[in-house]
Amino acid sequence: MVDKATIARQFIEAIPHSKALGMVLTEIGDGMAEILMAYNPALVGDPQTGVIHGGAVSALMDTCGGAAVMSHPDAPAGTATIDLRIDYMRGATPGQSIRARAECYHITRSVAFVRATAYDDDADKPVATASGAFTVERAK
Amino acid sequence: MSRRKPEPVQIVKQRRDAALAALVGGVPYIQFMGIGVQRRGDELTATMTFDEKLIGNPLLPALHGGATAAFLEVTAMIEISWAMLWSDIESGAIDVETLVAGDLPRLPKTIDFTVDYLRSGLPRDAYARAKVTRSGRRYASVQVEAWQDNRDRLFAQATCHFLMPTQPTGAQ
Repeated sequence: MVDKATIARQFIEAIPHSKALGMVLTEIGDGMAEILMAYNPALVGDPQTGVIHGGAVSALMDTCGGAAVMSHPDAPAGTATIDLRIDYMRGATPGQSIRARAECYHITRSVAFVRATAYDDDADKPVATASGAFTVERAK
Repeated sequence: MSRRKPEPVQIVKQRRDAALAALVGGVPYIQFMGIGVQRRGDELTATMTFDEKLIGNPLLPALHGGATAAFLEVTAMIEISWAMLWSDIESGAIDVETLVAGDLPRLPKTIDFTVDYLRSGLPRDAYARAKVTRSGRRYASVQVEAWQDNRDRLFAQATCHFLMPTQPTGAQ
């Protein structure tokens, strides 16, 4: 039997935009997901410092949030973002990977609620945090 | 009290376009996303040209929510930077050569960003316009709207707060 985590992993890794940004799913299950995005000069937002653009961090948070929703035990067949708020604490250190961890901490029949945090190599100082609501698409 | 003679139109346009090109063209991520910005006077419209790599759901297919968020964020960031630089671009206080060389002044930083997804993004070009709703000495608030085929049917909107760069002491 193929477990839900495997399905979710295959699904996430098949997403063209996530692939283009070099995202790799490192952990998934029970409403939790962790995704790693390697440093890539093409994603730089400030050429003078080499800091990754906030937009790429947003895309990472969004993907990780969706993965967390799909891995929840009451998981839907699919999900889409309703809204997402991202707070930027600091620029990620140039040259380091960015790791996002998302948790689907509550789910109803129609809405899933998610929190996420992004880090670079310094696990004590988050790069960004996010919170969002996702749709719950039931299997037809 | 003679009024200063207006500058020739091509000089004004050259300075504005050089400033915009520096803001957009100098950023690798903006190029990676295929985002371009068109200008009419001081009004900017951003375009994200469709590409397979922007897809988030291959079954529908639909744009990735992250790509949509990034598009709105880039648009908001360019708008606030543009608004901040505008008076210096117009007065000529900003040197075009310096801008073209990629030597930009310090730009605003994103504090937070909230995006609402109103409908799924179709696999085609997307457009966005931002509006600076408040610009203070330290903080600014910007709203952005994105649409595809129909200007009145937004597929996403966002609000963005920025931390403005500290002005050198003595500057106006």
